[in-house]
Amino acid sequence: MMFESFIQIVTTDFVLYALAAGISLALVAGPLGSFIIWRRMSYFGDTLAHSALLGIAIGLITDSNPQLSIIISCLIFAAILTLLDRNPSVSTDTLLGILAHSTLAIGIVVLALAESVRVNLEAYLFGALLTISSVDLFWVLAVVLFVAGVLFVFWNELLSITVNAELAEIDGANVQRLNLILVLLIALTIAVSMKIVGVLLITSLLIIPPAAARRLSTTPEQMAIKASGIGVGSIVIGLGSAFYLDVPVGPAIVVVATIVFLVLHFYPSPHTS
Amino acid sequence: MEALNSNSSTLLSAESIYKNFGPRKVLEDINFSIDRGQIVTLIGPNGAGKTTLVRIALGLVQADAGRIIHQPSLRIGYMPQKIHIEPTLPLTVFRFLQLASRNENGLNARSLIEVTLNELKIVHLQQQQLAAISGGELQRVLLARALLRQPQLLILDEPAQGVDLAGQAELYQLISEISNTQDCGVLMISHDLHLVMSATDEVICLNHHICCHGKPEHVSNDPAFIDLFGAGAAPGLAVYTHHHNHEHDITGNIKSPDDV
Repeated sequence: MMFESFIQIVTTDFVLYALAAGISLALVAGPLGSFIIWRRMSYFGDTLAHSALLGIAIGLITDSNPQLSIIISCLIFAAILTLLDRNPSVSTDTLLGILAHSTLAIGIVVLALAESVRVNLEAYLFGALLTISSVDLFWVLAVVLFVAGVLFVFWNELLSITVNAELAEIDGANVQRLNLILVLLIALTIAVSMKIVGVLLITSLLIIPPAAARRLSTTPEQMAIKASGIGVGSIVIGLGSAFYLDVPVGPAIVVVATIVFLVLHFYPSPHTS
Repeated sequence: MEALNSNSSTLLSAESIYKNFGPRKVLEDINFSIDRGQIVTLIGPNGAGKTTLVRIALGLVQADAGRIIHQPSLRIGYMPQKIHIEPTLPLTVFRFLQLASRNENGLNARSLIEVTLNELKIVHLQQQQLAAISGGELQRVLLARALLRQPQLLILDEPAQGVDLAGQAELYQLISEISNTQDCGVLMISHDLHLVMSATDEVICLNHHICCHGKPEHVSNDPAFIDLFGAGAAPGLAVYTHHHNHEHDITGNIKSPDDV
């Protein structure tokens, strides 16, 4: 009986869309999030995610395609942050802190002031995976395929500049261009993840699975693939438990990922000390 | 950077390089060149500008004046003084070296890595995590990485740092063998004067400017060298004193004769 009702729920359109979007995103979040951890960019990801709310506000006011305006604003912010990072007059840490919260605040204020538009702010802050439409799913799949393709092509080069940028540069890698590629991939992924886990939780979907996978891995590739696996598991279990416990989906996914991280972190491992 | 004639035996040359960091003059009028099969050693006190000069030669830092010219598409193998490995990045020694291999063909790359590791006596490290090996082992891995580039010019920043005494002599011996067998030029920074002297063709004694340069036996007798390192700095090499043509003050500037 229970199994039949489960099948019924899972095969409804909106659950299928949610699963497809969540799983495909978790697949690229594994390798991308690994880079964020290796390069200590998690605060950078947070800042991008928060600034995306400003993108939503601008999109709504100018009445343009919301998904497109989020993507464009994320890409622009990523480029600005990369440029500012090259000429540090303020420490990167401080700069990111200022931008993360000021853009979030400006985004919320602008949304509140624009009386003509009524938006469900909570959906953007915490995600609304179950309200995903076929159009949203199309955006997610297109971006995921693109990001996965670029990651695959540039994998060794991106890894080289991550291990040691200077050695990679002497070997002939264009470090600045590769940095920019990575940052833009992160921006794109964050832009389409917004609907799934929300502005406030996106970075966790990117960094918790690879952090959990770290102790199980001896090569970068292992860490990336295992992170994808843990991400997919968290999405499926999180979505399922959100249904049965009647709790918000985004936070449920993050809670599941965190539990996996904690279990793996404190479980004695034979590999690493 | 401009290119040298590819028929020339000179791999890389520096022409009147100047570099300041703020008001501090780090390099003044530096000229030198490295030929195929030649080992050039940079010595000098801490803060003499050795690493800066190497970084300029590598193209990582721009000189304020002067130029570096080298053979067209010169392949450089660089071994840094130290390298930070992010502990969150799981990376075996083998994978690290594989990333640096020029050869795209997986099988060839693998056998070349094994040959190189054998040469450096670190085959047993292959599957170890890079972050978990000792400082001396890491030096050898970094040298292996530089060699895997199949370099025409090897640039080594204190290659024997952290290597035990017996290993140091062996390492310099190895570098000199590599230079011979592969006919590659070597530019290295070193503090181990007595060890380096025997395995080097040309010594450049640097203290912001080039104090003296030439064959090791010549340099070790040079008053400028003795000034910087003391008379016993290069044991095993005959030392005699002669007229000092200039002296250095504490910051390395040449004292004018009036000050002396």
